Amino acid sequence: MTGRAGRWVGEHVVLVLGLLVLLYMCIPVFVVILMSFNDPASRNSYTFDGFTWNNWRNVCEPYQLCSSLALSLRVGFLATAVATLLGTLMSFAMARHRFRGRASANLLIFLPMATPEIVLGSSLLALFVGNGAAGVLGFWTIFIAHVLFCLSFVVVTVKARLAGLDPRLEQAAMDLYANEWQTFWRITFPLVFPGILAAALLSFSLSFDDFIITNLNAGQEVTFPMFVWGAAQRGIPPQINVVGTVMFVVALAIVASGQLGSRRRAVRT
Amino acid sequence: MSAATQLPPAPVAAAPAADVGEGAGRRGWTGYLLLLPGALWLTLFFIVPTVSLVSTSLYDPSGSLATGYSMTGHWQNYTQAISDYSPQILRSFVYALIATVACVLLGFPLAYAIAFKAGRWKNLMLVAVVAPFFTSFLVRTLAWQYILGDNEALVSLLRKVHVLGADGYLLDTPFAVVTGLTYNFLPFMVLPLYASLEKLDPRLLEAGADLYASPVAVFRRVTLPLAMPGLVAGTLLTFIPASGDFINSELLGNPRTRMVGNEIQDLFAAGDYPTASSLSITLMAAIVVLVLLYVRRAGTEELL
Repeated sequence: MTGRAGRWVGEHVVLVLGLLVLLYMCIPVFVVILMSFNDPASRNSYTFDGFTWNNWRNVCEPYQLCSSLALSLRVGFLATAVATLLGTLMSFAMARHRFRGRASANLLIFLPMATPEIVLGSSLLALFVGNGAAGVLGFWTIFIAHVLFCLSFVVVTVKARLAGLDPRLEQAAMDLYANEWQTFWRITFPLVFPGILAAALLSFSLSFDDFIITNLNAGQEVTFPMFVWGAAQRGIPPQINVVGTVMFVVALAIVASGQLGSRRRAVRT
Repeated sequence: MSAATQLPPAPVAAAPAADVGEGAGRRGWTGYLLLLPGALWLTLFFIVPTVSLVSTSLYDPSGSLATGYSMTGHWQNYTQAISDYSPQILRSFVYALIATVACVLLGFPLAYAIAFKAGRWKNLMLVAVVAPFFTSFLVRTLAWQYILGDNEALVSLLRKVHVLGADGYLLDTPFAVVTGLTYNFLPFMVLPLYASLEKLDPRLLEAGADLYASPVAVFRRVTLPLAMPGLVAGTLLTFIPASGDFINSELLGNPRTRMVGNEIQDLFAAGDYPTASSLSITLMAAIVVLVLLYVRRAGTEELL
């Protein structure tokens, strides 16, 4: 009996530990949400001094907050679109085609993920600025950098989905006289689509969040993380927590609707 | 055939082994065409820049951005960078190592709980792991400034129970920097670990227990070896970015917790491109050496 009781406790210890770790991971998010309602007593105060709706009403009040946010969203959408497209094509090549040089292609995809951001950022800067042409830095250099570091993550994510796909489904379609084009659009693509969506979501969050690489290659432009960085040196406007909260809620809504959608599809079949 | 060959193949996120059966692969030019745009991007904006970083690191440091640098093969940039910044390089690796170990200790129970104990809450827990990702990295790190702040609940509590002295503090210490690093990179540990554990057949664990193995023995002989690919992927995904990070050190640390990333960033900002580049290459080379040693030690070369 003690053995069984011991095992029961053992099992739940793991669960309790796991939940505690999860709490550790979520506490800063709670703080961000709380601080979005903070009414700071002074510019440099980062303690909760009082409740207010003001930060939510005047999100754009701090100089450059909304323009930097707009820039981050623009870069995020554009870089996500390009990285998702190029990465998805690459993952199909890697998972579905045989060719010489796969090993080098694999290495080429893996290496950027294994390079610290500061090194990626400095090598791009060395390329762009090379010998004193700092004028090129701006929107397009940020965009190039973001596509670069999102690309590998897209390939890995979509490839994992492709690898988990039962090849017999496609064979069945072909057996039923679907041509390659029909098979792709009716069978393969819908099955891989959740992977592509996940990759796009990951890309966007990587792009929106990046500071280290962007900061080196942005020139005069200011993205949202760069705005936060600058603000952190002067005194943090509580409005950045509003943006953090909104991002969090929107992302949760997207994930939740994805979950509901897949559940509904599962019910239908 | 040994029993081991009948186990499900160990999954890895980034491993080439995860490709679908080689037999399914098609030959011909389509593969190259699909690969081309992405490969071109990676070549132009990863390989070429790495080459220009190496060449910048060999420029004569007496030049400047305005006047232009001359390429003199000035390898002394490296000895200079290493002798000037070895404390920061060493500190980066020590902090990254502690953070990685902490991530394993925190991440393993969580990944295990999600994979085997969460039941119908599995998806919700996974979402909770990923969700913090979507609140900006910097905003979350600033939240730690608040949590660890001198007048906040945590420090007061620790002072009351005498873990900290009466005027003890947490913010602006190495502890705060490592806490931030651990927090920021923990999801990168949990997700690959979970991916490995999830594919582990729970019947293997039962079989171990049925054969009178103690829970510890089952963990060491069954769970851990099968979780190894996830563990290796997770430690790399944690250690590498953590050793190059400077955000946590800047926002949660003090001038004596500066890491190599802070120095590279500041050198570039000051316009000293040759030294910054050589320091950057030094960091990369050190990481490559450490990773190769580690992967060989862990016996998982095929994962790279």
